[in-house]
This record gives sequence, structure tokens and C-alpha cells, in this order.
Amino acid sequence: MPEFLPEDSVGIVTPQCFHFDEPLILRSGKVIKSYDLMVETYGELNADKSNAILICPALSGDHHAAGYHSMTDKKPGWWDVCIGPGKPIDTNHFFVVSLNNLGGCAGSTGPGSINPDTGTWYGPDFPVVTVRDWVNSQARLADRLGVYQWAAVIGGSLGGMQVMRWSISYPERVRHAIMLAVAPKLSAQNIAFNEVARQSITGDPDFHAGRYLDYGTIPKKGLMLARMVGHITYLSDSAMREKFGKATQEIKEASLNLGRDLRAGKLSFGFDVDFQVESYLHYQGERFSETFDANSYLLMTKALDYFDPSVDYDGDLSKAFAKSDCRFLLVSYSTDWRFPPERTQEIVTALLKAGKQVSYLDIEADEGHDAFLLPVPRYMQAMTTYLNRVKQEVAC
Amino acid sequence: MRADLEIIQKWIKPGSRVLDLGCGDGSLLAFLRDNKGTIGLGLEIDNNKIDACLNKGIDVIQQDMNKGLGNFETHSFDTVLLTQTLQAMHYPDLLVEEMLRIGKNCIVTFPNFGNWKSRAHIAFKGRMPVSDFMPYQWYDTPNIHFCTVRDFDDFCLAKNIDVITRTVVDNKHRDSAIIRAFPNLLSEIAIYHFARGQQGGQ
Repeated sequence: MPEFLPEDSVGIVTPQCFHFDEPLILRSGKVIKSYDLMVETYGELNADKSNAILICPALSGDHHAAGYHSMTDKKPGWWDVCIGPGKPIDTNHFFVVSLNNLGGCAGSTGPGSINPDTGTWYGPDFPVVTVRDWVNSQARLADRLGVYQWAAVIGGSLGGMQVMRWSISYPERVRHAIMLAVAPKLSAQNIAFNEVARQSITGDPDFHAGRYLDYGTIPKKGLMLARMVGHITYLSDSAMREKFGKATQEIKEASLNLGRDLRAGKLSFGFDVDFQVESYLHYQGERFSETFDANSYLLMTKALDYFDPSVDYDGDLSKAFAKSDCRFLLVSYSTDWRFPPERTQEIVTALLKAGKQVSYLDIEADEGHDAFLLPVPRYMQAMTTYLNRVKQEVAC
Repeated sequence: MRADLEIIQKWIKPGSRVLDLGCGDGSLLAFLRDNKGTIGLGLEIDNNKIDACLNKGIDVIQQDMNKGLGNFETHSFDTVLLTQTLQAMHYPDLLVEEMLRIGKNCIVTFPNFGNWKSRAHIAFKGRMPVSDFMPYQWYDTPNIHFCTVRDFDDFCLAKNIDVITRTVVDNKHRDSAIIRAFPNLLSEIAIYHFARGQQGGQ
């Protein structure tokens, strides 16, 4: 709970719900007749509407990117380190828009919403949505807000994929595309991890083929396992060693511990939790399973698996960018093994081949994939510097 | 204006695409953008210099040139620049070949090790030259492949590289008749504009 609001916080924020009646035709061919999007905005839109920045959420990110909902909140929004007055995405100058995507579980239409055709909740019948569908729905949100061109569209991981799609589908509506910890498409290894996560959920006896709410239950164990697997891929080996490796009486130097801190100070010689890392993963999984919807999680992982903008261009990503008219900033993080720097560089190479204006930074960071969410000083500095230029360009 | 920019900018076509390898703080590319309307891209590995580029609105890619430039398409730039960096490269010959592949024409500047001061330093002191201009000891210098004007002329000849213009100057980038008369002995900085075959377009 914040006892007082930090000066560089956007403060207490209230989400808004936007309703859309125009049917959205999905990539799969299915149609969502009408839908809601939950949105938060920070800062003020200027008179010529040139200072708007869209934040595209990652897998578990929702509309609550910055600030607090109330003084009793334990934590601020998921990207509070980056968004606020005087922060890299400076709300003194920019009008920042953040949303919960379709298929999510934080208020936008998703598997937990009522299907108007059946009068009951969608559950497993909610159509598979893709990054392209999300970006189309975000474009309608932009129309509603009166924003024709975003000063910047910014996102990390799955959010970065939405940024990429924006630059391809709506070239005239993006000035700057900023992609963090991103890959042009998932590798077999990435998809494999997602499939383990999905199998954990669907294999939970409480899943009931996705209709668990009818049974008054949720597949808690499955969701927890899914998150545990995911979480391992978000952290780096070095981050885990650091987090769970203290010097002890027996092990004089923390660097020799390799992150093997014991939970109870000694081995149990049983099959219960022995190490801190196990207990941490249990905690993360449990917390996630209490707040996230299992059907939504399945949808999000599918959106990741399906993402491949090169698919319409003979597998040549550079051709996908042919019409893109924005400037690009890409950032990778040295210990990210989910989307390692080489994967981000594939996008940079495609952009260079397409003759686009691109900057690329490879940030030394121990935190793995999660680094894009954390206040790594050099990364924060680069974001500040880059967005300062954007600020000057749009004169806000 | 920086004296070397004054010399180099004459060879850059207005509105052309320029790649600056080891672009530092991006001031050369910013100058060319502001005065010649070029579309520039820099390569740099130093964090602070990259930040300085972003601050100027200069696009910059964080990349180690010693690991190759395979991510750049053939003839994707009009001019490829390499200023005061050639001597610090692991494989200067391969890098020049890559520059010729990526750019239609190339500009390289390097400190001339054939300068009389370097020669005198070795001849009379018997030690590797250390000066304000190159303030490193032999063991910690980034400059591992020094060459002279004559060496580079031989290199261009052997590699079938067409030298469009060769400019030789002192360490303040000043030109003089006496330096032009004895380039290998008197120049401190050599500036080469070169291409291969008809690609130079000059």
C-alpha cells in the first residue's frame, strides 16, 4: 500500500470501458459482433492530437500499466517504472493509452464474458484471437479517442509483436515503433513451452473442457503449473542464482551457492519443497492462478504461437515492412533466453533490408526476458533519450 | 565545422544513404543530415556514444564490426564511412571488402604511421610512439593494425580498389603543398575516397 503517492506516479487512475458495436472480423474468419475494451489513459491529449502513445500489453499485462487504483493497492501498474511524470514515457508530455486486449480477463470481452448468441459465458467458445485482430481492435480504439497517428506504439514481448503488426498494417498511423525483448515469430522451442503450459491447464481435472465456471471451479493447479513453466523462461540462469543464492555458514561466497538457497535450512530427504526457487515458483504460480483466467491464458499462448507477419510475404519479413513508414527502435537484453538478442536482430536485419530507419540496442542485463519490465539503468536512459526526441518532433 | 567533416562532406551526394561504421557520438551523420539531407545510419558499440546518437536523432545499431556486417545488403548504401577506426579492426582487409560490398563508394580515414614523428620516435627512442594524438602504450592500445599511406596505396592496388581521391593532412586536418609533396612522410591523417569498378559513380 502506498502511504503517499510518489511524485513520479500518475497517481490514482480509473479504468474506462469502451463499447464497440461494429463487428470485428477475425483472422480465423470468425466474427465478434460487439465487444468491450478496458482502457486506462495517463496524461493529456494535446490540441492537435499528436502526442498519444499506445502501450501494447504482453501476455499477462492488462490495461493497468501505471499508477494505483486506490490507496490500498499493494503494487502500482505493471509498467509503472517506465510511465509517469518525468519517467521515460513522460506523462507530463505524452497522452498514454493502455488496454486489456480482446480475449483477456481484466474487463475486456473475453472467455469470461457473456456470449450474446447463447446468453451464457463464452468459455472455450471464445474465438482464437491473433495479434492482427488485437491491432485492428486497437485501431478502432484510436479512432474513438480521436487519435489518427500515434507518436509511438510501444510494447515488449507479445506487446512488441503488436507494435510490429501496427507498423505493417497501419503504416500511416505510427510515427515510432518501439519493440522490446521481441522475436519475429516463435521458434519450435518457444511453442514447445507454450504447449506444456496448455497441457497443464487442459489436463487439470477441474478444467472441464473449458466450462469450469459451470462447475463452480477453476483449474487452479493447471494454471499454476503453466505459470511456473512460463516464469522459468522469463528469468535467466544468472538472475535465479542471484535471487536464490546467499552466502551461508557452509558456503562462504554467494557466487558459489549457484542459487541453491534452502527453504528450511536443511534437506528434507522427502519430496516436499527443499529449495527457495521451488517455493518462489509455487508462490508465483499460485498468485497468478488466483487472478488470471485459464481460457484467456490458452488464447494468449495461441496468439503468440500464430504470430508471423512474414507468412503473407513468402516468409520474407523484410517484404512485410515494405510499406512501413515509421522509425523503429528495438531493444534486446543479453540474458533473455526466451527471445535472445539474435532473435531481435533478425527483425533489425529485415528492417535494414527493407531500407527502414532503425536503431537497435543490446542491453547488458542479468534479469532475462523480464528485463524489459525492470528499471535497468541503461535501458531506461535510452528510452528517455529516444522519447525526448519524439517529444521534440511532435512538439508536446 | 570539424576539419575532417569539411573534407569528407564534399564527397557525399545530397540526399544519399550513408553508413558510418564506428559512428561515435553521431556528429558526422548529424552534420551530413543537416547540410546534405542524407539518410544516415551509424554502427557503434559504446553505450554512451549510442545515447549521444539517439539524442541527436541519429539512427544507430549496436553492433561489433569485428563480427562482420553480414546483416547489411549488398549496395544498400551510397557511401560507407570508416573514420579513424581501420587501425583498430581485427581484419581491416575483410572490413574494407565488406564496405565495398555494402556501399557504392567508401571513405576511410586513418592515422599515417609513416609520419616522420612516428619514424623518429622509433628511430631515436627505440620505443613505440606515444603522443597526445595516440596516447596509448603498446599493450593497451586499441590500434592493432597501423599502416602508412604507402601501405594503403599498395593495398588498394593489390585489391583492385579504385582510389577516387586521396587527401593527406596534418593532425588538425590542415592541407598544405608540402604535405602533398611528401604525403607518407609528413601527413598525420590520410583520407581516402574509393570504390571498385564503376560503382563509385564519380
